[in-house]
Amino acid sequence: MCLAIPSKIVSIEGNTAIIDVDGVRRQASLMLLDDIKTGDYVIVHAGYAIHKLDEASALESLELLREAFAQAGD
Amino acid sequence: MKHSEEYRDTLLSRQIIKRINTVSRRPIRLMEVCGTHTVSIFRNGIRSVLPETITLISGPGCPVCVTDQSDIDAFIQLARNGKTLIATFGDLMRVPGSGSSLLMEQAEGRNIRMVYSTTDALELARQHPDTNVVFLGVGFETTAPTIAASIISARQMGLKNYFVYTAHKMVPPALEALMNTDGVDIDGFLLPGHVSVIIGVDGYAPFFEKYHLPCAVAGFEPTDILQAILCLAEQIETDAPSLANCYPRAVSAGGNSKAREVMNMVFEPCDAAWRGIGVIPGSGLRIRDEYGAFDAAKQFEIPIIQTVSPKGCACGEILTGKITPLQCPLFKTVCTPVDPVGPCMVSSEGTCAAYYKYN
Ligand code: SF4
Repeated sequence: MCLAIPSKIVSIEGNTAIIDVDGVRRQASLMLLDDIKTGDYVIVHAGYAIHKLDEASALESLELLREAFAQAGD
Repeated sequence: MKHSEEYRDTLLSRQIIKRINTVSRRPIRLMEVCGTHTVSIFRNGIRSVLPETITLISGPGCPVCVTDQSDIDAFIQLARNGKTLIATFGDLMRVPGSGSSLLMEQAEGRNIRMVYSTTDALELARQHPDTNVVFLGVGFETTAPTIAASIISARQMGLKNYFVYTAHKMVPPALEALMNTDGVDIDGFLLPGHVSVIIGVDGYAPFFEKYHLPCAVAGFEPTDILQAILCLAEQIETDAPSLANCYPRAVSAGGNSKAREVMNMVFEPCDAAWRGIGVIPGSGLRIRDEYGAFDAAKQFEIPIIQTVSPKGCACGEILTGKITPLQCPLFKTVCTPVDPVGPCMVSSEGTCAAYYKYN
């Protein structure tokens, strides 16, 4: 039931957003999240956005992970 | 696909696998508590790349599978009362109740519709003001806020014909119940990603404080899962259990407080019966009295019938990780996804269905 792929917010009207999930447009309710704007990436569950990804920190932790393993010479 | 493809990096995966092989010495049993993890582990062939020391077992993480037989029967009774339209997620349709299923009832002409979200169910209620629409609320902490939100929306929209039958469950009390179930043997938990989005890492703190069992919150991509397995293996090898977050792009310490606020506004904890485990205190969510007008269990007469569990089905033992589907005599012989005997074969997230598809 969990959709693991984050979706991009394409537009917002009131409490409803149009999202792009891998090229497919769908609606998602914003009732469970504050401060969402167009262009944000969100995790959507059963038609509701439940989490906003922080791009900068997501990239940073991915880099840290890559470095950690690269450095060890694995 | 941003924030997702990066975590299917094969080089990074290989590096993590190599590290797991170096680190892991003791034989350990790790339980993935989430049905979506079970499916991802199979789809990505993760079991086949792990050292022999590590055994992954599937837990009670498929919401449909853990729904008690009496609740499945109540869904069917609600469909039969002739005055309702049942709106449900698709996974519930084929779950065998005592002698029937929602799919069989639909074939008999009962009004049952599959929906993708409660927004669709609300829309049905709006379009059919003379019909009572009952949404079947099944799911964990990830789903419960979306259903609570629909009840709040229904009140705002002035809908008098929208109802919810709630069979929601919460994960931390189930972890605790597993620890106290005879025959259950777990060295660490791979914690569910999207339940954790809502409850945060802190949501498991009371459990962790009590049992000090290695825990790692995990995402759903291959590197997410491998990283969490490595983290658990390291915790075990160094005798340093911790409550780790291996899915930081989606999960924070505090979780989604807005979603919890909405959930707590509408629901309050109650005892709930789980298939295979029994009644777990404080593990369910019932609708608060203030929202009683939307509670299908209060608004409709639901005859209680003698429940009959699927004969020979070992779902209960599978949901607690005591056995694997390969040990169920009905697996693949009598029980298949086309003709399922128990819920673990029905749901796409069920352990038996995953074994059938990928093994
Ligand atoms: S294989 Fe079928 S009968 Fe056996 S435990 Fe799984 S669902 Fe039940």
